[in-house]
Amino acid sequence: MNALQHKLQRDIRAMLGQILAIAAVVAAGVMVLIISVSTKQSIELSQQRFYQTYQFADVFAQVTRAPNDLIRQVEQIDGVNIAETRIQAAARFSLAGFDEPIQGQIVSIPDYSEPLLNRLHYLYGGRPGAGAQNEIVISEPFADAHGLHVGDDIHAILNGRIQALQIVGIALSPEYIYQVDPNSILPDYARYGVFWMNRSALAAAFDMDGAFNNITLSLQSNADSGYVSDSLNLILQRYGSQGAYGRYEQVSHRFLSEELQQLGVMAVVLPTIFLGVAAFLLNILMTRIIHNQRQPIALLKAFGYSNRHIIQHYLWFTTAVVGIGLLGGIVLGMIVAQPMASLYATYFRFPEFIFGLQPRAIAIAFIVAAIAGVTGTFRAVYAAAKRPPAESMRPPSPPIYHRSWLDMPWLQAWFNQPVRIILRNIQRFRLRASLSVLGIALSASLLVVGSYQFNAVNEMLTTQYRQILRMNLDVQFTDVTPGRALYSLQSLPEVDYAEGYRSVPIQLSNNRKEWRLMLLGLNDHSELRALPGWQQALPTDGILLTRYLAEDLQLELGDPVSVRVLTGRQQQLQLPLAGVIDEPLGLGVYMQREALNRALREGDVISGAWILSQEHTYATLFPTLHEMPMVASITQFAQAEHEIRTYIDNTILGFMAVMFVLAGSITFAVVYNNARILFAERERELATMRVLGFSKAEVAATLLGELAVLVVLAIPLGWAIGMLFSWLLVTAMSIDLFRIPFVLSPHIFALSAIGVLFAALLSLGLMLKRIWQLDMIQSLKTE
Amino acid sequence: MNAAKRGSPNVNTEQVNPTEKTPVFFARGLCKNYTMGEVEIKALRGVDLELYAGEFVVFLGASGSGKSTLLNILGGLDSASSGEVTYQQQSLTNISERELTLFRRQHVGFVFQFYNLIPSLTALENVAIVTEIADNPMPPEQALKLVGLEQRMHHFPAQLSGGEQQRVAIARAIAKRPAVLMCDEPTGALDSKTGIIVLEVLQNINRELGTTTAVITHNEVIGEMADRVIRLSDGKIASIHENKQRRSPSELKW
Ligand SMILES: Nc1ncnc2c1ncn2[C@@H]1O[C@H](COP(=O)(O)OP(=O)(O)OP(=O)(O)O)[C@@H](O)[C@H]1O
Ligand SMILES: [Mg+2]
Repeated sequence: MNALQHKLQRDIRAMLGQILAIAAVVAAGVMVLIISVSTKQSIELSQQRFYQTYQFADVFAQVTRAPNDLIRQVEQIDGVNIAETRIQAAARFSLAGFDEPIQGQIVSIPDYSEPLLNRLHYLYGGRPGAGAQNEIVISEPFADAHGLHVGDDIHAILNGRIQALQIVGIALSPEYIYQVDPNSILPDYARYGVFWMNRSALAAAFDMDGAFNNITLSLQSNADSGYVSDSLNLILQRYGSQGAYGRYEQVSHRFLSEELQQLGVMAVVLPTIFLGVAAFLLNILMTRIIHNQRQPIALLKAFGYSNRHIIQHYLWFTTAVVGIGLLGGIVLGMIVAQPMASLYATYFRFPEFIFGLQPRAIAIAFIVAAIAGVTGTFRAVYAAAKRPPAESMRPPSPPIYHRSWLDMPWLQAWFNQPVRIILRNIQRFRLRASLSVLGIALSASLLVVGSYQFNAVNEMLTTQYRQILRMNLDVQFTDVTPGRALYSLQSLPEVDYAEGYRSVPIQLSNNRKEWRLMLLGLNDHSELRALPGWQQALPTDGILLTRYLAEDLQLELGDPVSVRVLTGRQQQLQLPLAGVIDEPLGLGVYMQREALNRALREGDVISGAWILSQEHTYATLFPTLHEMPMVASITQFAQAEHEIRTYIDNTILGFMAVMFVLAGSITFAVVYNNARILFAERERELATMRVLGFSKAEVAATLLGELAVLVVLAIPLGWAIGMLFSWLLVTAMSIDLFRIPFVLSPHIFALSAIGVLFAALLSLGLMLKRIWQLDMIQSLKTE
Repeated sequence: MNAAKRGSPNVNTEQVNPTEKTPVFFARGLCKNYTMGEVEIKALRGVDLELYAGEFVVFLGASGSGKSTLLNILGGLDSASSGEVTYQQQSLTNISERELTLFRRQHVGFVFQFYNLIPSLTALENVAIVTEIADNPMPPEQALKLVGLEQRMHHFPAQLSGGEQQRVAIARAIAKRPAVLMCDEPTGALDSKTGIIVLEVLQNINRELGTTTAVITHNEVIGEMADRVIRLSDGKIASIHENKQRRSPSELKW
């Protein structure tokens, strides 16, 4: 080992704390990249594997009733790979010991074989015995929610007849990875389940002998899906078809895609911000550290070392820093990413969870960190090596300071010499101080990015559940019902107020974009359902759309919107866009109820009612409601709110909590490094002050005073940058399910300021040790 | 040349007779060991010494003989491994770090080979940094006048020559009216002409303020301006020589 290598070793050992702190910045940036990318990657891989292995269909269609023979025609369509018919129906279930109603989707599977498409993955038990009429397979989340096992009993009301069934299997299906009642946006595993029974049993229960009401297709790889859908629609037209739709309009797939899209955005935006900031910080910190090495560099040059030699030497130093950071980031990232990704996965039921880590992500991290480190090193070493080596031989010449506006007489009276030292240092090294301020500000901005969502999400949910949805209960009817049915609800003693609404499934389309949604007909000046941003009476012709939806369909006010009704007479309507609604959750299409009924050529009908009532009355209210033949299901909004909060807490906010911790580590590392560098630069000066009789505390105050000025300047700048980053993130992350509003509460600012101050205090604590141990004689002996 | 002489009208000019032997510092059996891993380096091996009020002492000795170590211990920058030091009957050996700081703040002025001025402060402010914390300082302007730098008070260190910087360092050291001035190779980084100016300043301070002055040097000639010349060798006092006649720095040649 040569002398230079010894020097390298010693330098690394002497600066270990600092090196680790810089490495931590790199590591945090890398971790964000790895966590974001691999969470997305894992879900995507697990989804793809499930789809492939279990033959998830490509096209779906629902009809009222069609003869089984029709499948021959469907199979003839160009591009169809496999076609399979089945019977699918909504049903109500009840379990001993669970008083609330359970809604369910029941789907047929062939009696004598596995389904060809949308096959089940049995976790426990298996499929019903051939021809068995009383055996049922239940979905795993539902089984989990109730602690059900194979062999347990469940009662189903199939087509009005109650039937005792035995659970023979617990399964997952690629069709129901995300298992949700089509009427709500979030899963409620206890009150909504998916069930499978033999085709023969369902045919008997629903009078579907020799017939089907649902068909699914898989396509050949080169198929024209538009052509297939059109042909299928043509065939099914006469059988009450609601139109064929592809995976994108399939609820579970749609939701998963949305989630993946959001994760995809996060996987780009967050690492760009974090890794970008980390790279910038790495660059300025390396520049600064090497700048302080200009004396030894000049000396090495004086001895005859070439620039190349010297740069090589310092690049090893950089390699050590970047290497430790990358390695730490990758290892820690993988440790954190796995549970992070599986947390998401609990909302999506996969038979196997595949943890994926893109080598590309690691390569990106490596390249970014290497470029940042190497350019920082190169710049600083080159600048130092360019100076004539003779400079190291001369006695050190002090840096040049000037008087400035800070020396105005009226200001002067306020300063003592230590304060003057602080101010002149900041003024003299304005660029250096600005870079330090920028560095600390950037780390503070990450704290803003990491924390702002907590409040924004809360704000969003509060708006949704306090201002928009003011009802406690939503009672859905089995069928459209005359408006007077409302009186029977209003007359119940538990009901404080009831309001009817009309909802109808529709398909919106514009510019080849299609959305299957519920069109909601509201009373004018509804008491229980607010439309944010719409105070006036509802338009008598025309519809209102959620702003996000109008923008997605590229609709301007007044544009005709084509609305296809999916039930009843299946009218095709052209309704002008009368306004947009700013609501943070879900997507909505609204109309005046009367106008809707008129357009559908129906009288005064409702399809459900919203109710205000006290929670303690539910015990008597629910049984009464369920006795009513018109009542199909009841949704509790308090519960819905709780569920969505839990979901967001566990996914987005869980993610952001990790980001916040990483932002905190970066902040600490940056502030600590600034303190260390300041100390290195001022060591001699501080030693002199100690010799002159200043106490340790007084000496510490000058150093920390300078740091304090930098930190105080950095905090507001950090807020500003953080707001910009947050805005970028919110804008990029808008999805159909929810759009986090750009609200900045004082908490965020306080939190980031506290984070920075805490990091400063911690660094200060670590620095005090150094100041206390400052060796006066050593520091003064040589230059 | 004699700027320092000109600018000293109203300072304490009480003349001290060096033969009137009141010891300011009193050291017995001073030892200083440095442990470097396995090896023990004995920088001082039992030094007995007195420094008297108002005298001018020059320390000579080979490199590594322990001169700086001794002065640092006397000046309260460092503490001895064993032995006893007193400053005006008060022990310096067993006092706390805080008390040592206070001792330096009130009684000792230091001048180093490399000036150690604070680059961000002007000459005047470099002096003021000491007067702001001292008990009975002279105005900084006056201290600068004493070293003949009243014209350069508002210059930053970078705008001063080496000799001028060293004179600012001396002004900074004496502004608190210290009882002792400890100078470790004050002319080490200067040419002979500039060195002589600095020595003249030190002599004037010693004469006019009666400040006990200890100067470390490698330059034998400088010994001729001292009351006593103390030679160290291998961590011990090898000899003490008293000059009958102190020569003025301007008469010295090297
Ligand atoms: N911090 C230290 N650690 C270990 N040894 C030290 C330390 N400081 C001084 N020494 C040793 O103590 C001895 C005396 O050192 P000192 O600095 O007092 O010498 P000096 O007479 O001032 O020399 P010079 O004329 O070269 O300045 C030397 O052998 C030196 O190596
Ligand atoms: Mg020495």
